[in-house]
Amino acid sequence: MPGRDAFQEAARQLTICNACRYCEGYCAVFPAMELRRAFTTGDIAFLAHLCHDCRACHYACMYTPPHEFAVNIPQALSTVRVATYARYSWPPVLARLFHDRLLTAAVTAGAVALVTALTWLFAGPARLFAAHRGPGAFYEVIAYWAMLIPGLTAGVYAMAVWLAGGARFWREIGEPTQPLTTAIFAAAAGEALILRWLRGGGPGCPYPRAHASGARRLLHGLVFYGFASALASTTLAAVYQDLLHRIPPYPVTSAPVVLGSLGGVAMIAGSAGLISLKLAGDREPAEARSVALDYAFLILLGLASLTGMLTLVLRDTRAMGMLLAVHLGVVAALFVTAPYGKFVHAVYRYLALVKNRAEQRPAAPPAAPHDTF
Amino acid sequence: MSSDVYDVIVVGGGNAALCAALEARRRARRVLLLERAPVHMRGGNTRHTRNIRCAHAADAPYTTGEYSEEEFLEDLHKVGGGVANPEFARLAIRASRDAPGWMSAHGVRWQPPLAGTLQLGRTNRFFLGGGKALVNAYYDTAARMGIDVRYEACVVDLIVEDGRAQAVVVRNGDSQERVRGHAVVVAAGGFEANLEWLARYWGAAAENFIVRGTPYNDGTVLAALLGKGAMPVGDARGFHAIAVDARAPRYDGGIATRLDAIPFGITVNRLGRRFYDEGEDLWPKRYAIWGRLIAEQPGQIAYCLVDSKTIDRFLPPMYPPLRAGSLAELAAAAGLEPDPVVRTVEEFNRAAAGNAAIRSEVLDGVGTRGLTPPKSNWALPVDRPPFFALPLRPGITFTYMGVAIDETTRVLDKTGRPFANLYAAGEIMSGNILSAGYLGGFGLTIGTVFGRLAGQEAVKHARA
Repeated sequence: MPGRDAFQEAARQLTICNACRYCEGYCAVFPAMELRRAFTTGDIAFLAHLCHDCRACHYACMYTPPHEFAVNIPQALSTVRVATYARYSWPPVLARLFHDRLLTAAVTAGAVALVTALTWLFAGPARLFAAHRGPGAFYEVIAYWAMLIPGLTAGVYAMAVWLAGGARFWREIGEPTQPLTTAIFAAAAGEALILRWLRGGGPGCPYPRAHASGARRLLHGLVFYGFASALASTTLAAVYQDLLHRIPPYPVTSAPVVLGSLGGVAMIAGSAGLISLKLAGDREPAEARSVALDYAFLILLGLASLTGMLTLVLRDTRAMGMLLAVHLGVVAALFVTAPYGKFVHAVYRYLALVKNRAEQRPAAPPAAPHDTF
Repeated sequence: MSSDVYDVIVVGGGNAALCAALEARRRARRVLLLERAPVHMRGGNTRHTRNIRCAHAADAPYTTGEYSEEEFLEDLHKVGGGVANPEFARLAIRASRDAPGWMSAHGVRWQPPLAGTLQLGRTNRFFLGGGKALVNAYYDTAARMGIDVRYEACVVDLIVEDGRAQAVVVRNGDSQERVRGHAVVVAAGGFEANLEWLARYWGAAAENFIVRGTPYNDGTVLAALLGKGAMPVGDARGFHAIAVDARAPRYDGGIATRLDAIPFGITVNRLGRRFYDEGEDLWPKRYAIWGRLIAEQPGQIAYCLVDSKTIDRFLPPMYPPLRAGSLAELAAAAGLEPDPVVRTVEEFNRAAAGNAAIRSEVLDGVGTRGLTPPKSNWALPVDRPPFFALPLRPGITFTYMGVAIDETTRVLDKTGRPFANLYAAGEIMSGNILSAGYLGGFGLTIGTVFGRLAGQEAVKHARA
C-alpha cells in the first residue's frame, strides 16, 4: 500500500495528541480525534482531510522536534493527504505522476503548445493575428465546437474521477452511524464556505509564520469565490448563447463579463497572495510534496485567470487570437490535472466536514479532560 | 562586564518571569529577561500547563458558574498540607479576579466552548492551545513592548552587597558576565529537575523519578539565593508528583505521559501487592497523591492492572498498555513474579465479587468487602481477559522548597529582614502559600499574581 508509513506515522503522533488534548480548541480535528481511542487507516484519512493545515497546533505543541516525541501534526497530515490523492484518484499512477512539479509544468506547456498549434493550423496565421470584433469574434479564431467538446469532455472526466475518488474516500473513512440529514450537508457546506477551521480557534491561523493572521483565510476566499464567480460567468454565457441566442463577445457591462472580471481579478489577487505567503512560509510544519502541489495548482489558477483577463482587455486587438489560444491551453491543463492535483482537496475536505458534522452532532460526551498538568 | 545598568532584571523565562517583566516594562525603560533555555524550550514548566484558577462571577466568560473567593480559599484549605500563610493565599485569590483581563490584554487567548462537545471549567479558565501558546503570546508581547530577552542565559550567581542585589552573574557557554540592575526579580522555578538535589532527601529512589517538565529547573538560582542567606520556606522533601507511564522520557514528557487508569483497576507494586485504596476519592482529588505513593514503593515502580471491561474507560494512554490473555502471562510480560500477582487479583476479586457496574464520575460506593487496603469505590473484579498492565513511576511536577518573601514579594533573609531590591515570584516562592498538596491551575495563579506584583514593586527602584 503506498504511503503506509505516512499513515502509521500520523497514527503514532495522534496517539500522543489524544493523551494530551491541549489543542482541542483550535479546530475540528482534535475533537474528532477525541471520539477515538485507536486510529484505523480510514480514521487517519478522515482526520487528515479534516485538517485545514492552519498550523496553530504546531506552534502550541510542547512536543515538536527536537523533542523526542517529534510531533508535527500539520506535516504528518499533509503527508497523508498527498498519499490519499493517489490512493483514491483513478488511475493512481496519474496522481503519482502529477505530484511531480516538472510534469505538471510540462503538461501545461504541452497543452498551451497544442492548443496554439491547432489554432494556427486550423485558423491560419492571417485569422489568428487579425483583430476580430462583433458577434462570434472568438469563434473566428477557434470554432465553438472546438472549445465545447474538449472542454466538456475534460470537465466530465474530472468530475467523474472526483466522484469516484470521493466515493472511495467515503467508503474508507466509514459512513457515520448517525443518519445524514440535509441539515448536516448544509452545515458542512457552511463551514467550508466560511473556512471555519482556518481561523486558528479564533484569532486567525499562524500563517505564513508563528503569528496569527487572517490573511490566508481571506486569500483562499478570494480564490474560491473568484473561481465560483468565473464558473457562474461561463454558465451564464452558455445560457446567453444557447438559450437566448446572443453570441459573444458580450458588452463589458453584461453579467457574464462582470462576473468573469470580478472572478478573474479575485483569483489573480488570491493566488498571487497565497503564493507570496507560501514563499515566506515556515518550512518546518510543511511537507515538501504537498507544497509542490499547492504551487502547481496556484500557478495554474493564476495563469488561467491572468490569460483570461488579458483576453478580455485586449479582445479588440490583434493579440486576442493568440491570448485566447494560450488561455484555453492553460484551462485545458487545469482540467487535466484537476482530478490529481491540489484541486481535489475540495472534494475530500467537504466529505470530511460532512462526516465530522454527523458524528459530532449528538454532542457525544467526551472523556473528562485533564483538568490540569 | 556590561556597563549598562538595567532598571529591572528578571531571572527566569516562565509565566511568573514574563508577568513580572511585562508589568515592569509599563513603568521602566530598561527591562531584561534572562531565560536559561533555548528558544524552543523557553517558558519553564509553564509550557506544560493548561489553565489558570481564578475567582470569578457567574457571568464571567470562558467559565461556567460562579467561583467565589470564599470557595477558592476553602478549596485551598482542603488540599494536603493546607495553607502556609493565609494572608498570601487571600492576596492570590483576590488578585486572581483581575488576572484573565490582564492576560487577555497581553495576548493570551482562551478556549471557547465548541459545538457542545467541550465543556467549560467552573474553577479554571483554559488557555487556547495550552501553556506553550500562552508563553508564545507573552514573548511576542514582550518583544513588542521592547523588553530585552536573552536566551540560553543561565544565571549562576547574584552579587549582593549590604542587603542589596547589585548584579547577576550570567553564564553563556564558556563565558561569564555580570549584568547590573537596580532591582532583580527571581522567577526561576524550583529544583525538581535536579535529581542529585532530590537524592539528598530521597536517596537512591530519586534515580527512578521522572521529571515531567523542563530539564532546566535544576535549582541553580534557588541555591544561589539560599547561599546569600535567603530564608528557606516549604518542606525540602516536598514535591507534587503524579503517576506517569514508566516508559516516559526522564525529562519533559509533560501531560501526555500522565495516566488516569488507577480508579479503574488495581495497582500493585514490584512484589505484586496492592498498597493503597485506588478508589478512595474522585480521581481529580486523588491523582496528585500517587506520585508520592509510588515513590515510597520498592524500586519506585507500580503496575496498574485492568481488564477488558475497563480498558476503554480512561483517557487513552500514549504508550500501549502491556496485554496478555491471562494474569500470569501479564505479570511475566511486566517482569513480575506471576504467583503473587495472581494471588493478589484473586483475593481482590473475591472481595469485589458481585460488583457489576460502576459510575466513575461519582463516589459510587461499589467497594470491596473485608480487604486491606480496601478499594472503596469502582471496585469491579479484574476477571475478563484480555488483561492489561500500565507501568507507573513517580512523575515530579514541582518542588515546594523556596524562599520566604514579604507582602511586596521582597526576599527575606534568615533574620526576617527583606533584601532591599530583590524580589521573588512563581514556583520559587510558592512554598509561602502552599506547603504541600496542590490545586489544579493554582501554579499559574501564583505566577501571574506574584509575578505582576513583583514587577510593579521592582520598578520602584528604577532611576528616571
